[in-house]
Amino acid sequence: MAELILTPNIDNPDDFYAELLATHEGLDKAASDALNARLVLILANHIGDRQVLSQALAAAALKEED
Amino acid sequence: MNKIFEIPLYPYARSADQDAPAPVRHKVVVVGAGPIGLGAAIDLAQQGVEVVILDDNDKVSFGSRAVCYAKRPLEILDRLGCGKRMVEKGVEWNVGKVFFDERLVYEFNLLPEDGHEFPAFINLQQYYFEEYMVDRVRELQAEGAPIEIRGRNKVAAVGVHDDHVAIEVDTPEGPYNLEADWLIACDGANSSIRAMLGLDFIGRVFEDNFLIADIIMEADFPTERWFWFDPPFNRGQSALLHKQPDNVWRIDFQLGWDIDREREKKPENVIPRLKAMLGEDAQFELEWVSIYTFQCRRMEKFRHGRVIFAGDSAHQVSPFGARGANSGLQDTDNLCWKLKLVIDGKATESLLDSYDFERIQGADENILNSTRSTDFITPKSEMSRLLRDAVLDLSEHYEFARPLVNSGRLSVPCIHDGSPLNSADALAGGPARSRPGAPCPDAPLGDEFLLPKLGGRFVLLTIDADAPDLIEEDGIEVTRLALSVKDDPTMALKERYLGEADSAVYLIRPDQIVAARRPSFDDNLIRAAIRRATGKE
Ligand SMILES: Cc1cc2nc3c(=O)[nH]c(=O)nc-3n(C[C@H](O)[C@H](O)[C@H](O)COP(=O)(O)OP(=O)(O)OC[C@H]3O[C@@H](n4cnc5c(N)ncnc54)[C@H](O)[C@@H]3O)c2cc1C
Repeated sequence: MAELILTPNIDNPDDFYAELLATHEGLDKAASDALNARLVLILANHIGDRQVLSQALAAAALKEED
Repeated sequence: MNKIFEIPLYPYARSADQDAPAPVRHKVVVVGAGPIGLGAAIDLAQQGVEVVILDDNDKVSFGSRAVCYAKRPLEILDRLGCGKRMVEKGVEWNVGKVFFDERLVYEFNLLPEDGHEFPAFINLQQYYFEEYMVDRVRELQAEGAPIEIRGRNKVAAVGVHDDHVAIEVDTPEGPYNLEADWLIACDGANSSIRAMLGLDFIGRVFEDNFLIADIIMEADFPTERWFWFDPPFNRGQSALLHKQPDNVWRIDFQLGWDIDREREKKPENVIPRLKAMLGEDAQFELEWVSIYTFQCRRMEKFRHGRVIFAGDSAHQVSPFGARGANSGLQDTDNLCWKLKLVIDGKATESLLDSYDFERIQGADENILNSTRSTDFITPKSEMSRLLRDAVLDLSEHYEFARPLVNSGRLSVPCIHDGSPLNSADALAGGPARSRPGAPCPDAPLGDEFLLPKLGGRFVLLTIDADAPDLIEEDGIEVTRLALSVKDDPTMALKERYLGEADSAVYLIRPDQIVAARRPSFDDNLIRAAIRRATGKE
């Protein structure tokens, strides 16, 4: 059974974070929100595994898992 | 008077019951001559059960309302003698297009599976549907079937007793009293029977108004379902265009909550909306305009002693997904054979509890699906709109997002997993789609099809397996239908009923739902399955 990864898993985290900010650069709040929403959907589809997605939703809500 | 829905099809006529010295007792009284009440009455009359339909009106549905009918209800209607006529008159469609803002974001094809007698969907005005059913009632009467329809007979009061229901009926010539062994309440979403019995109808109200305009227009739009999210001609809202026979087009505009309903319904306000959508030069005539709001709700129980609710009186869904009439017909299909066995003393009343189990399961599935569609079409928060729009934007570019677009999940029949009438699945390698609790999928048999051969009785379907031609178990007769995979060179029968298995024996209920299946005949086990399917185990 797949488990949501909650330990560091991205190479060069600073690079990734800068790229994330750069993608939002120059966008107003509405456009940025829309981009984030699209990003969530794209990443969710990539993960696919329903259990991992449920764990991720709970983790993002900062809820303790049961 | 030229529209069918303006002509009294079952005008008031005085019945002998009105002059009887004491209330006349009928086997079954059906309240409501909408599609579901007519369906129930035809089904019972075809089985020889005496039935009287009472309706407070004398015409078919005013304006169209339901337009979209799915395969399973068409198969049911075929058994009731109206399915083919509906398909002949109806418009078949497979392609849907989804627009967002000004762009076509994607199109889908329902790609109906081959080897079914009936199409995935047809569009047909509800008034034609009801007219054909009234014609069928007349046909049955001509054949001597015990069925009667009484127009302008409004049920004013009911008294529920242990073994019958007392009914007070208002007519243009004054009231009279009747009795029924059983009453089926098909009196619609605002059911007065429900109110008379003080029963709840709980669920969720959606704070939104929809404008329906059925227009008559010569147009060369293709026969497709077009759905718009946030179009320029109806900003922030949705719209739908769908074709019906006779050049009638269904147009549906979401209007929002805070509107003046009377004002919006006026032709001088409707016509500019339509022109903004169809173009200034569009030539059309309004056939029917209405504004509706909707709720998703159901009764806690559908059976209350001798009173049984079916159709909109029992459950109501949003129109997205075409689940109202479609699911109501599955209610009566489920109910009538059970009631017949109870009336004939071949099963006990407890069999009717399975109607509650199975049709509440169906209603909950429909409510869930139509609630989800509604939440997508009319987002209730800023974030749900943001996510909805993200899905639509992505769907234009990437295939992955298309299954998330929800402009109505079209009606499919419920599989009654866990029903008390099912026997455990004993066919190793058998296809999931025909497991116990599932409605039988159709399959081609040369020039014919499987479902009409099942008919409306208990059948033992054997595929490359031996079994007796007739089994009788405690009053229930089961006739064998012996087939071989060789009867269907397209291999659909094998794929739909055998899967990995080499042979199969299916016990099929009169509503064409699988009760049990195994690889070969076993007298004890099949008898146990018959008992179970009739509420005796
Ligand atoms: C805009 C719209 C679009 C829809 N589209 C679809 C669709 O595409 N597909 C689909 O499957 N469904 C659709 N539906 C739903 C469908 O119209 C209903 O589910 C269907 O009409 C329900 O049938 P019914 O027989 O249960 O009730 P109704 O059709 O409401 O009939 C009830 C009958 O009972 C009678 N009655 C009421 N009270 C009494 C009384 N006291 N005494 C005697 N008679 C009484 C009424 O006169 C009426 O004839 C749509 C609905 C709407 C509003």
